[in-house]
Amino acid sequence: MDSTEVDRHEATAATGRREPVFSDATVSRAREIIARYPAGRERSALLPLLHLVQAEQGQVTPAGVEFCADLLGLTKAQVGAVATFYTMYKRRPTGEYLVSVCTNTLCDVLGGGDIFRRLSEDLGVGHDETAADGSITLEHAECLAACDYAPVVTVNYEFYDNQTPETATALVAGLRAGERPAPTRGAPLCTLREMALQNAGLTDDRDGAVAAVAASAPTTRGTRLAEDNNITAPRYDVNAPIPAAPVKEGAK
Amino acid sequence: MTAPSAQALAALTPVLTKRWTNPNAWKIDEYEKLEGYLALRKALAANPDDLIALIKDSGLRGRGGAGFPTGMKWAFIPQNDGKPHYLVVNADEGEPGTCKDLPTMMNDPHALIEGIIIASYAIRANRAFIYMRGEAVHAARRVQNAIDEAYAKGYIGKDILGSGFDLDVVLHRGAGAYICGEETALLDSLEGFRGLPRLRPPFPATHGLYACPTVVNNVGTIASVSHIVLGGAAWWKQMGTERSSGPVIYSLSGRVVNPGQYECGMGTTLRTLLDLCGGLLPGHSLKFWTPGGSSTPLLTTEHLDLPLDFDSVAAAGSILGTTAVQIFSDHDDPVYATYKWLEFYYHESCGKCTPCREGNYWMVRIYRRILSGEGTYEDLETLLDTCDNILGRAFCALGDGATSPVTSSIQYFKQDYLDYIEGRTPPRLRSAELVSAH
Repeated sequence: MDSTEVDRHEATAATGRREPVFSDATVSRAREIIARYPAGRERSALLPLLHLVQAEQGQVTPAGVEFCADLLGLTKAQVGAVATFYTMYKRRPTGEYLVSVCTNTLCDVLGGGDIFRRLSEDLGVGHDETAADGSITLEHAECLAACDYAPVVTVNYEFYDNQTPETATALVAGLRAGERPAPTRGAPLCTLREMALQNAGLTDDRDGAVAAVAASAPTTRGTRLAEDNNITAPRYDVNAPIPAAPVKEGAK
Repeated sequence: MTAPSAQALAALTPVLTKRWTNPNAWKIDEYEKLEGYLALRKALAANPDDLIALIKDSGLRGRGGAGFPTGMKWAFIPQNDGKPHYLVVNADEGEPGTCKDLPTMMNDPHALIEGIIIASYAIRANRAFIYMRGEAVHAARRVQNAIDEAYAKGYIGKDILGSGFDLDVVLHRGAGAYICGEETALLDSLEGFRGLPRLRPPFPATHGLYACPTVVNNVGTIASVSHIVLGGAAWWKQMGTERSSGPVIYSLSGRVVNPGQYECGMGTTLRTLLDLCGGLLPGHSLKFWTPGGSSTPLLTTEHLDLPLDFDSVAAAGSILGTTAVQIFSDHDDPVYATYKWLEFYYHESCGKCTPCREGNYWMVRIYRRILSGEGTYEDLETLLDTCDNILGRAFCALGDGATSPVTSSIQYFKQDYLDYIEGRTPPRLRSAELVSAH
């Protein structure tokens, strides 16, 4: 990264013209993220940095936009244009949990639409709104790439598969009561801000998070069916050589 | 349910999915016991050009939807041009119905990493990026863990296994935008911009990431590479059809007894797939289905015996797409189904091209009108006319994709539209729902 850009941010903070909004930890994490990209290509770090400021503030605020702009040598307008493009960046305060209900066609016809309507009534909020007690932000989501588990709900992006209006209502009631019901696939729940930190590319170092269950019956159905019936793909010899490429005409 | 027939079972070819039943295959030690990183050693001993020739010879076609020949894509990368080369893996899975890449990354992440190293070596890239959709948090944990393990073992980093080849791999997370699954929008997003598709030419092969030569491949494509390196092109071609070689993961969802991932040779029919998954749910009969996600024109009971490979599906007027087979029954309404997909395209259109941005906006409104019992005959004409003005008139395939369910549902199920327009079907949408809709 261009060190003058960092200096400028720190100088701004140090002059006292405005309070430093972001913690030292966030600044050092931002540096770590920017360093992943090739020299001169620091702008590539913008999406992770927006996740990072959201992790600290629960949403992307004007201060978050300015922080990213200062670090990357961009204008606030350039950063704002990006922040407003992507669904996962929230521009209003969010709850501790983001409950996303897939209402794309397949989940919808299998009950996703009913689930969304029921949760919306229970929470008294519509799409992209947060319950009055600040516990939960509700949204309907587009396809979450788990159609074999339809209808699906995610909480802070962890999967609760094969939901019904009743199970989803119980899930949300549990969250509001301070419980953290285990996802059917994915790691134990953390807060939405903690998840934003992971999305920024910071490793989830909680015990068991990486090892948490990843496959239930639908994922392995075809493979199990083959195993149970002794069906395999054709055999091969791992030592068979890779043939030399035919030399192109005119090649050196 | 009835057990699958022997004939249907014989269609199964577990290759990419063969390690998924092993709950520890995501760990490098276990992966190595299951032929893991053998292909890498073999590949690094070969000339990069031999690897490109091998992939060409295998006939592997991209698994992200377009079906472009992978070896040819790799061969387009100019060599000795003095510019850095990049491999970018498209892990932004989000096409409605598609659910094959997330399980791959969760259950066999090293197959992706090994494929990345081999592909990067072949195209002479020293840096690879995995662009993963932001919502895929668990897949990201497993893939990051696999990257870290591969670095620790010396499979990624400097002078990999003494070959002199260096590679860095970075996992980059998106932030919720379907359009970023389109390869040039993905590159813009990876550069830190809004995800807007680029005008082509120039193509990514010469002007991709940072205007440098870039290969963008889907997760399923890259995860196939190590298998082809181990088994050889002739082995790969024993599966599938002549022009659509190899195994592919068919993702079955919807009104079936056992939805899930079924890996078979390319060209397997829906009839066989239904046999494997226990058929339609009791009391349901097949009405319409997508061969490869919502952007592929709907098919019907007429197409039960259509081989699901790239060319056969194209000849039937649809697209193989991502082999995301969404199955709908006589309990489902093709007009409502199409409406929900249109809401999706409307929401996900990036807004760059007027036909897609405005066309989807208006088509959604026409669907709402039809479904609330206020549609007219003219609405059907307007829908088809709008599709005609979108198809082929946008920078990327999102606009084309949006027209697929519209034109195909009107083609096969015009009566269902007329039933709303003529009042035989009661309105499906109430005014209250219209207010809260998106």
